Amino acid sequence: MSIVELKQVEKKYQNVHALHALDLSLNSGEVFGLFGHNGAGKTTVIKLILGLIEASGGQISVFGENPTHASAQQIRSKLGFLQENVSFYDHLTGLEVLEYFAELKGIAKKQCADLLAQVGLTLASKRRVRTYSKGMRQRLGLAQALLGKPKLLLLDEPTVGLDPIATREFYQSIDQLKKEGCSVVLCSHVLPGVEKYIDRALILGKGQQLAAGSIKELREQADLPATLQLHGVSTECIKEQLVKSTAPPQLAGLQKNIHSNSDGSVSLDVAMADRMDGIRYLSQLTQLQNLDVHLPSLEDLYGHFIANHLSHIGKPEVAL
Amino acid sequence: MKSIFTVAKKEFRDGLRNRWVLSICVIFAVLAVGIAYFGAAAAGKVGFTSLSTTIVSLASLAVFIIPLIALMLAYDGIVGEDESGTLLLLMTYPLTRWQLLLGKMLGQGAVMAFSTTVGFGSSALMIGAFSSNTSWQDLLGPYSVFILSAVLLGWVFIAIAYVISASVSEKSKAAGIALIVWFIFVLVFDLGLLGVLVTTQGDVNATLFPYLLLLNPTDIFRLVNISYFAEQNLSGLMAIAQQTDFNLQSLLLGMLVWLFLPMGLAMHIFNRRGL
Repeated sequence: MSIVELKQVEKKYQNVHALHALDLSLNSGEVFGLFGHNGAGKTTVIKLILGLIEASGGQISVFGENPTHASAQQIRSKLGFLQENVSFYDHLTGLEVLEYFAELKGIAKKQCADLLAQVGLTLASKRRVRTYSKGMRQRLGLAQALLGKPKLLLLDEPTVGLDPIATREFYQSIDQLKKEGCSVVLCSHVLPGVEKYIDRALILGKGQQLAAGSIKELREQADLPATLQLHGVSTECIKEQLVKSTAPPQLAGLQKNIHSNSDGSVSLDVAMADRMDGIRYLSQLTQLQNLDVHLPSLEDLYGHFIANHLSHIGKPEVAL
Repeated sequence: MKSIFTVAKKEFRDGLRNRWVLSICVIFAVLAVGIAYFGAAAAGKVGFTSLSTTIVSLASLAVFIIPLIALMLAYDGIVGEDESGTLLLLMTYPLTRWQLLLGKMLGQGAVMAFSTTVGFGSSALMIGAFSSNTSWQDLLGPYSVFILSAVLLGWVFIAIAYVISASVSEKSKAAGIALIVWFIFVLVFDLGLLGVLVTTQGDVNATLFPYLLLLNPTDIFRLVNISYFAEQNLSGLMAIAQQTDFNLQSLLLGMLVWLFLPMGLAMHIFNRRGL
């Protein structure tokens, strides 16, 4: 059963069409990435799911209820939400802030100390929030979102301000929650590293769905090439190898796709379907020391779909 | 109901932490003790003056300070939460807007009530302990009425602050409007009424005129306190109002109306506020 279901959902603000006929479904234990440029409609989608705003058209169901109905109040205790740049209450300590939110959610306060430990704030738990750094506030926000082991977690730019170790620990927490059956909607501008934690992604542009699916499906839709990175061989050597009569026909004519890298390695862009043939054939090069295969990353896919969309609507610049 | 008390508890704790409670207590205590003991300094003597003089003087000064403190305490109640992002977060919790607003009212109202009682109550304790011609029994009635009306006045202006806070999108704008509202209620309104009297050379409906004072909660507060000390020589609008038959209950009821109307309005505006 879908935890969240959006059918042809639209949102209009006075003169702005923020969201156009969006379909989305989120299953139990699924991590869903929501990506898009500033103003693409990501936060609008999150607000609609949370029931903070009403849709102008279409149907929304969260845990089987319309989230804006008064009867949906009780589903809120199953939700966790973290928005970007939340400040909390400067005069209260981290523990007091968390206890306040725990009490509002009807959760035992004893969970708070454990959550603060989980986000690495135990030592700062009795310090006032005004003394916290941006990263510490974000971690406090995460602890708040994780209160009561939510069944649905909505995270808007959750890793902003977190250092690399805290970011990795955050994603490990998400993995753990996922194993426990929690569904997660994750909005982020920081794309590198996100793809291995998400099951499916939706890319939005100007309120429209540009692409949706698993990373594998997005790669198929985008049809971007894979990159073979070869170490220990020169550009000329690869060119010679590609024009040999023994070269697979699909690799012929790829000389223009060869690039030299600053570390002395050479890259060759190959269509996804041909990459295994490329690997097999180029592995025969005697000077070859190493061969890395880079599939189109989430960042590449995002850039591709956004650029495509902007070129369709006649806007040359890419707002990433 | 539990959510309302959770919010109220947090607001009260916030008030303790950011020194609002302490500051208000000290301001009110210094003001009250100063007036009680040095009230007759202009006449060339120090010492405790009569209770009626003390209360009326206290009411005259408190009418300026209480609304200002209440407005400053609560002007960012909604817009402040919105600016810091916590309003959006709170609305994702099992908490309705009216519960949040009521919780804030209770919490900040408690800050005001506690500080007013302790601050002004300290002067009652001093008079009771050190004044030879005022007994504890004499103090009880007038001080109870004064403190009750002062608390109500504070609550009225907290409710007015919520109307402002729910209407604007920036804290700085709310602070500016709060100051204008204070200025209108404590100064402009009475001056306006006096201006009408002078301009018309008193040719206004004498029965209706005192009732216009009910349109201003600070005037009701003053009326509450002078109703206890009718023998006082009053000037200006209060002298006119003294001629009417406002009783204490109806005046306190008037203040309650002034509390519930802005609260209802604040709720209405808050409900329509976008997130």
